[in-house]
Amino acid sequence: MFKATVIVKRRPKILDPAGKAVEQGAKLLGFNNVRKTRIGKYIEFLVDTNDKNIAEKEVREYSEKLLSNPIMEDFEYTLEEVK
Amino acid sequence: MKLKFGVVVFPGSNCDHDAYFAVKKVLGYQAEFLWHKEKDLKGSDVIILPGGFSYGDYLRTGAIARFSPIMDSVHKFAEDGGIVIGICNGFQILLELGLLPGVMLKNDSLKFVCKDVYLRVENHDNIFTKSVTQKVLKIPVAHGEGNYFTDESILKELEANKQILFRYVSPDGKVENEFNPNGSLNNIAGIINKKKNVMGLMPHPERCCDPLLGNTDGALLFKSVAENLFK
Repeated sequence: MFKATVIVKRRPKILDPAGKAVEQGAKLLGFNNVRKTRIGKYIEFLVDTNDKNIAEKEVREYSEKLLSNPIMEDFEYTLEEVK
Repeated sequence: MKLKFGVVVFPGSNCDHDAYFAVKKVLGYQAEFLWHKEKDLKGSDVIILPGGFSYGDYLRTGAIARFSPIMDSVHKFAEDGGIVIGICNGFQILLELGLLPGVMLKNDSLKFVCKDVYLRVENHDNIFTKSVTQKVLKIPVAHGEGNYFTDESILKELEANKQILFRYVSPDGKVENEFNPNGSLNNIAGIINKKKNVMGLMPHPERCCDPLLGNTDGALLFKSVAENLFK
C-alpha cells in the first residue's frame, strides 16, 4: 500500500484571483513583506498495491486526467509506502 | 417532424428544467431529459448541457461531469456532427471535455455575478446564429467562474476561424471593459468549435424565451438551430 500526496498548482502565468484577494488580507494584517500568494490544492489518497511502478502510473494518470487541468495547472506528487 | 432537444441532467444541474420548459413549453419543440448515468441520447437532434453546479463544482467546474456515462455518447454525437449547446456549467463541461478550447477562471471580481448583459453576435456563419438578425442580444448571466482564458496561440486560432460567437458589449454594441462581467479574455462570452456544431456560452438564453418574462432574445438562438438544422 502507498500513500500518495498530490499538490496541484496554477501555472505561474495564470491569474489567481483568490490568491490576490488573500494577499490583500495579508496586507490588512500588516504582513507587508508577503508577495505572490498563490492558492493550490492538496490531495491525499491511498493506492492499494505493493508495486511501486503501478502506484506511480496510477497517481500520474489520476493527476493528469482528473485532479488537474493541464491548461491552467501543474501537479507534483510524492509516494510513501505504508503498512 | 418536430425537432427534439435532449437536456442532460447531472447531479447538481439546476437549469435543466428551465431549458426543458423553454424549448418545449414556450417554443413548442420536443424535449426529453437525459439522465447522466444513461448512455442513450433517445433520438435527440440537439443536446443541451444545462447550467448548474454539476457534482458540486468540486475540484474544478465541470471536471467530474465530463466523465459521466452520458458524456461518452455526447462526445461521439458531437464528433459525428451532432449539435451540442453548453450553457454556463454546460460550457464549463465542454471545456473540460476538450470539445471546446480553454478554461474558466474565477470571475476577476471574485463575486458571483447575476444580471442581464449585452452580447454582440460576432458572426452568422453557423447554425446557432444564422437566423439571428439582431446585432446585440440582452441575456442574463449567473456564474462565479466565467472568466474565459486560453493561451495566445489558441486565441489567435479562435479569432482566425471566427469561432468567437459572442462578446460582452455595451447596449449599443461596443466592446469595453466596463461591460465585461467577469474579466473574460477579449470579452469572450461564447465560442464554437471548428466544425461549428458545438457551442458554449456563459449567458443563459433559456432564461429569456418566455414573453411573460419580458425578454425573448434567448429564443432567437434555439429558433435559429431549429430553422437551419434540417435544411
